[in-house]
Amino acid sequence: MTVKLTVLSAVGSLVWGTLLAAMRVSPVPLMRGFGTVYVNVVRNIPLTVIILFSSLGLADIFGMTMGSDDFAVQGFRLAVLSLAGYTAAFVCEAIRSGINTVPLGQAEAARAIGLSFSQTLTLIVLPQAFRSVIGPLANVLIALTKNTTVAAAIGVAEAAYLMKTMIENEAQTLLIGAVFAFGFVVLTLPTGLFLGWVSKRLAVKR
Amino acid sequence: MTEVSVTKEDAVASGELVVLKSVNKHFGALHVLQDIDLTIDRGEVVVVIGPSGSGKSTLCRTINRLETIDEGTITIDGKPLPQEGKALARLRADVGMVFQSFNLFAHKTVLENVMLGQVKVRKVDKKKAEEQARALLDRVGVGTQADKYPAQLSGGQQQRVAIARALAMDPKVMLFDEPTSALDPEMINEVLEVMQQLARDGMTMIVVTHEMGFARSAANRVVFMADGRIVEEAAPDQFFSNPRSDRAKDFLSKILHH
Repeated sequence: MTVKLTVLSAVGSLVWGTLLAAMRVSPVPLMRGFGTVYVNVVRNIPLTVIILFSSLGLADIFGMTMGSDDFAVQGFRLAVLSLAGYTAAFVCEAIRSGINTVPLGQAEAARAIGLSFSQTLTLIVLPQAFRSVIGPLANVLIALTKNTTVAAAIGVAEAAYLMKTMIENEAQTLLIGAVFAFGFVVLTLPTGLFLGWVSKRLAVKR
Repeated sequence: MTEVSVTKEDAVASGELVVLKSVNKHFGALHVLQDIDLTIDRGEVVVVIGPSGSGKSTLCRTINRLETIDEGTITIDGKPLPQEGKALARLRADVGMVFQSFNLFAHKTVLENVMLGQVKVRKVDKKKAEEQARALLDRVGVGTQADKYPAQLSGGQQQRVAIARALAMDPKVMLFDEPTSALDPEMINEVLEVMQQLARDGMTMIVVTHEMGFARSAANRVVFMADGRIVEEAAPDQFFSNPRSDRAKDFLSKILHH
């Protein structure tokens, strides 16, 4: 469950975060404003609050059922939505700092051969920006993996939820705690190592 | 040589390609372009020279609207420069630009750099684009480097790739913004040779440069700028041997006697 939650939220946050970053560098003031406000609001609210709000607010008050009546499925989908929305703010800022590392001349050259703004961004600037921020993005993804534990608050049966149940039923608190902690290291360590390797392979030489 | 000049005059006869009328631009308090009037005919090679900060690079960049202007009009092939958007992108595709710092796309190979505009802007099919790209790379003498990345090439080679990238769009006019200023002395010639060949082939060119040798041998006209104004316009022989303005005399005496 933890893995599924992480992967889906990671994909969601990368897509949404990239779009937010594109908005924040776009020439349209409205989009820039939206991106800025979104990032500054979302990243300053504790994740627990966001997840609880999605469950109590979106689901219970506004009756958002996320396309399912099943409480467990609904909780899972809300958790993915919240985690992706929250992490996207950090992904956006990482990518935006990457965009700033791409020399201005690259975008000028792209415009000079007749590429549109979106082509310049997707073909020239973002590919180079991504390569320079794989390290920081790895941080964000590792934090996301660990943040999935907050989903336990709305009853999603991910690792922390299972751990709590097991500790309530068994006596060996320390052992169970250690096993789960180790489980997370097993998940996050390879992520970090793999992305470190990728970032070295893809580095753009100037 | 006579043949060349004949074909060139034929091309020149066919009319005005780039027209700037009373163009003004400010950078804050600095008036970088002051009442610039300049007409470039088809097939003409115009070299813009002048001291640093005289506005010659800015002038070059306004022609494909990498810099906006405050007043005046710029028309290319009869059409005024459009506002930011699709029409501007289309126009830029017709105006080749070569930068001082090359600006090759660092994450793409040399071949991909030259193919990109054809495929994404001109919608040429990939195979044809590759053929043309390889032919252009051969023409500028870097055909063997096609599969390398820009950082693996020398400055002179990179600049020649940049020229090929601009040529791939089949432009009506080429802008050169100090194309040799970032190069080691021994690499300057290989780039100038390519540019001279282009000039001989009848390409319309606007060249901002400090290479007086190139101005003498390839230009139809020399435009001398100082402090945001065009101070003098003349044929190269006349300009270098007998400049009219004091500003130009002063400038030439500083660069030619050492």
